[in-house]
Amino acid sequence: MDIQLIINGTYVLSACLFIFGLKLLSHPETARRGNRLSALAMLIAIIVTLLDQQIMSFDMIAVAALLGALVGAFAAKRVEMTSMPELVSLFNGIGGLASVGVAWASLMADGVSTFVAFVSFLALVIGGVTFSGSVLAWGKLSERIVGRPIVFKGQVVTNIAVLLALLVSGYLLVTAPNSLNMQLAVLLIALIMGLLVVMPIGGADMPVVISLLNSYSGLAACAAGFALKNNLLIVAGALVGASGIILTSIMCKAMNRSLVNVLTSGFQPVVTSDMKIEGEIKPLSADDAFYVLEAAQSVLVIPGYGMAVAQAQHAMKELQGLLEENGAEVAYAIHPVAGRMPGHMNVLLAEADVAYEQLFEMDEINPRIDGFDVAIVIGANDVVNPAAREMKGSPIYGMPVINADLARNVFVLKRGMATGFAGVDNPLFFKDNTRMIFGDAKDTLNAMIRQFAD
Amino acid sequence: MTAIYLLFILILAIFVGFELIRKVPATLHTPLMSGANAISGISVLGALVLAGGPQSEYATWLGAIAVFLATINVVGGYMVTDRMLAMFKSNKER
Repeated sequence: MDIQLIINGTYVLSACLFIFGLKLLSHPETARRGNRLSALAMLIAIIVTLLDQQIMSFDMIAVAALLGALVGAFAAKRVEMTSMPELVSLFNGIGGLASVGVAWASLMADGVSTFVAFVSFLALVIGGVTFSGSVLAWGKLSERIVGRPIVFKGQVVTNIAVLLALLVSGYLLVTAPNSLNMQLAVLLIALIMGLLVVMPIGGADMPVVISLLNSYSGLAACAAGFALKNNLLIVAGALVGASGIILTSIMCKAMNRSLVNVLTSGFQPVVTSDMKIEGEIKPLSADDAFYVLEAAQSVLVIPGYGMAVAQAQHAMKELQGLLEENGAEVAYAIHPVAGRMPGHMNVLLAEADVAYEQLFEMDEINPRIDGFDVAIVIGANDVVNPAAREMKGSPIYGMPVINADLARNVFVLKRGMATGFAGVDNPLFFKDNTRMIFGDAKDTLNAMIRQFAD
Repeated sequence: MTAIYLLFILILAIFVGFELIRKVPATLHTPLMSGANAISGISVLGALVLAGGPQSEYATWLGAIAVFLATINVVGGYMVTDRMLAMFKSNKER
């Protein structure tokens, strides 16, 4: 009994440290300390848990933990910053699967109460959905499978059938928690559900999927906490769940869509606009662009996922240095859904050594965007599309965008004239103050850098 | 009654979570997510007891697998978050 008191008392301390850790994440200056505080909370909790007198053998634990630590450390050291969305997806899935293991094992005990059986069922389902959904999302993000929404005939009927099967098998599991067949049935159905949820979502909606699965991985831990009646599992899981929910809602708002709309977008007919956007494309060479940049007092850079694909962030940072030496102010404007996960662009720019004070959110930059001499759009399309503001009937009308077209000059660095994910033409390309600079973004930026050097 | 008591903790923790996460700036959203990955490895606590416990061999194996998976999350999540956060520098630091 005494040991249990020590363990739970320490859990209270751990919970406080987790909360303080997250609080320190509110500023880049203190964030690293916050993360370490959170890691300390985890370490304390693990050590004190090992005092539990139920634990009789440490052999299995030691081997499993050592292997896990090695795999985790290897992944953390090796991952490229461009691949962070894939890694986070995988970690989401692994977290979900770990909770499945915990819930499953707790169903094996003798005399499982109805309450424990029910919450273990929830943990199995949430964890299973998180795992298979995350693996599918990882496949889509790493382009191992096709990234666009996958829809097949009768998918809606299938979804309803699977849901009914889950309810029935769930009821049977709760009445007979020790039945291995029912445990396997529930898990299998949960895995299928995860695939069905993620399949019809793709492309530009991936940030929503990752955020949602992040939230689920926390909720799965939460449900496992209910099964074990472990307060710290509930608190930590709830913190993760809340974080994922907030990020999901930010992503949805940034696309002016509801969560239901994102989740069912694959089933909706593709919105086509019969509005013709006509105008003349005015191309410009990188060499000519240099003369404008040389005279500019302020330059705004608007990056999109295309910048990451072209690996152009380091060249951009070099150009930034030259512009600043030349006396210009350089700022970066980052749309919430630029990139494949929330905050992805910021990490890539931080890696390229851009100071965080120069990274601005959309709402900070829009009110003063008309003061910039030049806006450089690198690999972004929908997030700078003025149709969202001025063309009723456009599929993206109403979506908050960075008003790049209001800057005095706009340079759009673009590979060719393909349309973005929403499949809409971008009237920004035809504006009087817009010049298109075609070619690989990195090559274009390097050409400008050479001009500065000469 | 235990269920209600646990539910209380859940609800309060979610509200604390909302208040805390709302204040995280957009620039740190990726490290927030990978840090959350690490925290969701908290199920390692349950897994440890199950892996070393007196339950059936079957449950012990499941527990050990869960320890392995959750440790990947904990170690990998915190390390990659630390690696990312080290990259965020202000103009003063450079």
